[in-house]
Amino acid sequence: MREEEVPQEGNAVLEGHRKAVYAVGADGKLRMVESRGWEVEEVVTRQAIEDLERRAEDARRRFRAGETSPLEYHMYRARMDVPLLSQVTGLWQWRIRRHFRPKVFAQLSQPLRQRYADALGITKEELWTAP
Amino acid sequence: MDRAVTASAFVHQHASHCESGVMSSLLRHHGMPVSEAMAFGITSSLAFAYLPFLRINGLPLIAYRMPPGAIIRGLDRALGLGVKFEKFRSREAGMARLDELVDSGRLVGLQTSIYWLPYVPQGLRFHFNAHNLLVYGRDRDEYLVSDPVAETVVRCARGDMERARFAKGVLAPKGKLYYATREPSAPDWATLGRKALKRTANIMLRTPVPLIGVRGIRMLARRVERLPADESAKLYIGHIVRMQEEIGTGGAGFRFMYAAFLQELSGVTGYAPLASLSQRLVAIGDRWQEFAIATSRMIKRRDPLHPPALATHLREIAQQEESFYRDLERAAAAWRA
Repeated sequence: MREEEVPQEGNAVLEGHRKAVYAVGADGKLRMVESRGWEVEEVVTRQAIEDLERRAEDARRRFRAGETSPLEYHMYRARMDVPLLSQVTGLWQWRIRRHFRPKVFAQLSQPLRQRYADALGITKEELWTAP
Repeated sequence: MDRAVTASAFVHQHASHCESGVMSSLLRHHGMPVSEAMAFGITSSLAFAYLPFLRINGLPLIAYRMPPGAIIRGLDRALGLGVKFEKFRSREAGMARLDELVDSGRLVGLQTSIYWLPYVPQGLRFHFNAHNLLVYGRDRDEYLVSDPVAETVVRCARGDMERARFAKGVLAPKGKLYYATREPSAPDWATLGRKALKRTANIMLRTPVPLIGVRGIRMLARRVERLPADESAKLYIGHIVRMQEEIGTGGAGFRFMYAAFLQELSGVTGYAPLASLSQRLVAIGDRWQEFAIATSRMIKRRDPLHPPALATHLREIAQQEESFYRDLERAAAAWRA
């Protein structure tokens, strides 16, 4: 990549931050150059974020319809999935999936609620509901 | 405390990658300027790994460099920094120790989860637990942070820092902090360099597992070839590029940074063959960028989704990288310093 080819497309994901990349200058030497971002990178980052947002939105709708617990929504909103939430909380995946059932979730003990809330970076009260 | 305590005369440096950037800044602070590219290359940190059994949101881990920690440990060994690592069972102890070190004027490196760092743009906050940064001071309940991938220094509140340091899951940092206890000693770059080049060539050409090195690229190509032409394939190929881009590799999966290392090593040691190898690696980095562009065009439907075309692209890269590492190995073997 030559210095004048360093993407300066203003990747919106970077929120105005600039990144340091290496490129070949006019003298044929590599040096560090500031980049405002690359469209390609924005495409793939957005794709990953939108996939998680889609899952969160889907979980929110099912929560509204009484088909799942708010836990599933909060999990995707925190950019996690069941395997990751399992690693973070130390709970078995099947147990987490069981807690997606509204009736089971309603009877969740206080310590368990706290464990989920801590893992997701929200309060116990926030965990209790979804928008 | 009334006013901020800072490590004396600390200078922030913007870098491409967190771990190499942290070590470059740390070394400079301890009186030995070593560029980020040098820190990356001399520790043989370039690699390729396709690890289908490690899943991120259901997709395989694809890495373009050695595992986290390789750069810190490699430089510690090479330059005799006496790096001390500390991990903590309790959050309180971990935070108290950080305060103690920072307040005594020490520059402290931390392993954190990037997801919990509020100054990082939302779009880059995923659950990655091996993000490195430096704490160079404290202003009451705010840490003064030099995060190499940020353009300038930033501040981070105590509660956020605690959360980032004690995140759980794969590569959980467990509050890990590190600092140098000795002044670095001037190394013999030629000896270190020769070893580092051989090691990188070895990793890329001869790792016994077919998932690492050039064979890993070919394995990934086979996997991509068999993808169905649907939405799941788009997530898969987008994921490859996202891993390749990481933060600041310019879309070349660290190839440009390693090329900068070869150029610098050639300059420092006067061993000319490395300069032309550097140029060849820039060309290979360009091929990785083209692969990323082709992929994003398919995701955006500017081109029809056709995974086998991407597989062909990956095979060509594998071919070029293979011949590159063979020549790198020859150059290292022929190097009489």
